[in-house]
Formats: sequence, structure tokens, C-alpha cells
Amino acid sequence: MSSTTTDILLLAFGSFGILIALTVLGEILRVRQPVHEQNPMLDTYMTRVQSWWGMVAFIGAALLLGKPGIMTLFAFASFAALREFLTLTTKAKADHLALALAFFAVLPLQYIFVGLGWTGLYTVFIPVYAFLFLPMISALRGNPQRFLVRVAETQWALMIAVFCVSHVPALMSLDIAGYGDRSVLLIAFLVMVVQFGDLLDFFFGRRIGRRKIAPGLSPKTWEGLVCGVISAMVIGALLSWITPFGVWGAALMAGIASLVGMFGNIVVAAIKRDRGVKDWSHLIPGQGGFVDQLDSVIFAAPIFYQLTKFFYT
Amino acid sequence: MKFLRQFAARIVGQSIRIFARAITAVRADWKGIEPVPRQRVYFANHTSNADMPMIWSVLPPALRRTVRPVAAADYWLKNKLRAFVGPEVFNCVLVDRRPEVKDKPMDKIIAALDEGSSLIIFPEGNRNMTEDPLLPFKAGLYNMGVARPDVDLVPTWVANLTEIMPKGEVIPLPLICTVTFGEPIHVREGESKDEFLKRAADALLAQRPEAHK
Repeated sequence: MSSTTTDILLLAFGSFGILIALTVLGEILRVRQPVHEQNPMLDTYMTRVQSWWGMVAFIGAALLLGKPGIMTLFAFASFAALREFLTLTTKAKADHLALALAFFAVLPLQYIFVGLGWTGLYTVFIPVYAFLFLPMISALRGNPQRFLVRVAETQWALMIAVFCVSHVPALMSLDIAGYGDRSVLLIAFLVMVVQFGDLLDFFFGRRIGRRKIAPGLSPKTWEGLVCGVISAMVIGALLSWITPFGVWGAALMAGIASLVGMFGNIVVAAIKRDRGVKDWSHLIPGQGGFVDQLDSVIFAAPIFYQLTKFFYT
Repeated sequence: MKFLRQFAARIVGQSIRIFARAITAVRADWKGIEPVPRQRVYFANHTSNADMPMIWSVLPPALRRTVRPVAAADYWLKNKLRAFVGPEVFNCVLVDRRPEVKDKPMDKIIAALDEGSSLIIFPEGNRNMTEDPLLPFKAGLYNMGVARPDVDLVPTWVANLTEIMPKGEVIPLPLICTVTFGEPIHVREGESKDEFLKRAADALLAQRPEAHK
């Protein structure tokens, strides 16, 4: 067994340990709950724990399968996120072909470029080529009504759901000196620090949160955010053995990823508020849709990718 | 042979359901009513040929087994494949819309209700190809409500299908389709046909999801 595989298994068992603890905690709370009393908080918590079991299993299996597994998993996540996003955007019949191309050409091409490791192409394909080309297709159908809104929202959907998400598997094509084939572990690192930061932000926000960051938009508080980011840094430092960053570097990278992720979560909340929906979809029980679950990772991924590329390759 | 056909119908039915879920992640939103086995008439907006399979796909298995979509015989008997899918996969109540036919559509519908089936109907009569959200309702829904007043009439809004597959396009977009079930209505005592149909149309429009208005 290669050292990478051993490390993935170690991470998986560690995560399972935490999940078992969280599940047992929930069950204890449930037993102490009077039978006839409702506790929606506890129910939400338990469905979330169940969803995490699923996610850990899926990501763990994908990591073990290596590149094909990771590519498939994130391509599917992109597809689900793009579907959720474009369901809510402004569109007209004239955009039909452009939207079909977004789903069936832009998305698969982006993942093919990432899979082939064509850095020069996958970092510009959506921001430049899709940005210019898709509006041409829409314009040819000759409907000027809300044209800018329509093409801008489609482009945003592609940036968020495809460009940003694809930067998670793109971490595998970074050539980091002395890190070898272990770059798959960077994905585990990014996802774990950001998700744990979120979880602890939620926990501390409930406990000690007072000042809302964006009142009327998101329940996030400054206290929760600071505690969440610090927790992410501690977890990052603890996980530094799977990264090429060293202890301090890992803490700093985790902190930045978590911070970007949290503000990304607020941006996504703003979009949801604008569209009058609570969740993007109902595909993940207790969590809403893929965008709800991935929002922080989505925003963190390209920044994390660029910083790693800039400082460590 | 009969067994084989039934088996094939089940397989085709499940495939349609899985296909609908894979492409549109279709989901039910039970807003005004629970998915429990009661006799109901689900009345829905009609913008595409996929409306009925979408509603059919989101019903829980126990409800799906007892539900019968009311559909046009001229459409579903056109060729052998449709004649298999319509009556055998979806278990449609086929009604003939031609005036010269002796048995009237309402007789078949009432007979199906008396057997205990629930129904899916499209009270606009035809597919809505206009910009308006709904066409004027035909009298059928009112007649059912008068003839069998105990049956729940459930407003059922199918959202997004016009964007998934606009008329004249070839490639369907995999957007999320939502089927919203609202609070059931009944014909009130002394309520006229027009009053009731207006109320039914309003109840159906009220189920449109916020983001799609």
C-alpha cells in the first residue's frame, strides 16, 4: 500500500471516529428528550450527521480511486450545482441553446481540460471563452429583453458551479516539489478544513454569537466566524502532515480557505434571498442542495489553488 | 403473455421515473396536503407532454398504484408503443373527445372514481402554448366535484417544464422540475360552474413557486 493510500485510510478512519462521536452525541440527546416534545434543532442536526456520513463515504471512496474517482465525483457535483443555479436564474427561450451548451459542452470540456492537466486552458476557458461565446449564441436568437441580466446570470452560474468547483480536482495537477503523487491529499485537506470551519462557526455562532455580519441576510456572526476560522487553523495545523505546507503554512492556508469560504457562504445567502428561496434544492437531506453544502468550498477552491500554485510550485 | 406485458409495463414505468429524476431531479412539494392514500383528483397545469409523467413520478408508490391519468384516446392510441405506454404503463383513463362517440368522457371518469381510483387531469383541456400561465378551465373538473363531492380536488402545479423543453427545441435542459401539491378544494353548495372554475384556477396559480413567478 502506498503512503498516500495509507494516509487516505487514516483520514477516513479519523473522520468516521468523529462521525461516530457526533452520532452517539445526537442519540444521547434524543434519549434525554421527552417522547412527546418536538426538537427541530435536534432533528436537523441528526439529518446533517447522516448526510455527512454519506459525504465522507463518497469523498473517501473517490480519493481511494484516485484521479478518475475524484474527477467523476466533482464533475457530478458541478452538474448538480449548475442545475440548481440555472433553475433559479433569469432566462428566455432565446437562451435555450446557450444553456444547453453550458450543460453539455462547457461543463464536460472544463473537466476534460482539468483531467488532462491543461492549466493554461482550464483557468481561462470559462472566464474568457465561455464568457464571450455564450452571449453570442444568445444574441443570435434576437431577444434583447433583459439581455445583460440573462447572460450575466448564466456566466455567474458557470463560474460558481463549474469553474470554481473544478478547481478542487485541479489541485491534483499542481506539480509541487517533493510532494509527488500525494496531491490528492490536498483535496482532503481543503474540504476538511473548510467544512470543519463551517461546522464550528455554526456551533460557536449559536453559543456566543452576538453581532451579525450581514443582518437580514445570513445568521452568521462575527464571533462565530472568528472562532470558526481559528478552529480551521488549528485543524489545518493538525493535518499539516498530509500537506506540503509545513505546520505554520498549513494553519495559514486553512485559515484563508475557511475565511474565504465563510464570506462565500454569505454571498450565496444573498443570492438565495434575492430569489426568495431557502435552499437551492432538496437533493441532500437536511442540507438543501449541492450549492448549499458546497458554497464555502466553492469559493475557497480557486483561491486555495492559486495560493498553492504561487507559493509552493 | 399477460404477465409478461405487466412486467414490461413495470420496467418501463420505473425507467421513466428514474429518467425523470436523473434529468430534472424532479421533486414533490406537499404544501397543502399530505401524500396519504385518499381518493383525489390532482388537477394540473399543462405545458408539455412531460407534465403527466412528472406528476406520476413524484407520487409515492402506494399512491402511484391507485392513480389514473385522464388522457386523450386519439393521442395514446395513435401507434402500438403509445397504446402500450398510455393504458398499460400509466394505466390511463382514455377518453374520446370526438362528439360523435356514444360514451361520453365523463361516464368513464366517474366509473374510474367509483372503482376507487384517484385521477390526474388537466382542466385546461389542451397544452398551454400561450404566455398566460393558465388557459380557461373546461367544465369537467366542476362536473366531477358535483358528482362525487367527497373526492379531494388537489391543485397541482408543475413548474419549469416550459424552460426545460420549450416548444421547437430539441435538447432538454436538465433544470430542476418541482411539482407542488396545494390544499384540496371542493365544490361549495350552490356554487355556480363559473365561480368554482375561477376559484380552482386561482388555487392552482397560488401553487406557483416564488422564484418562477
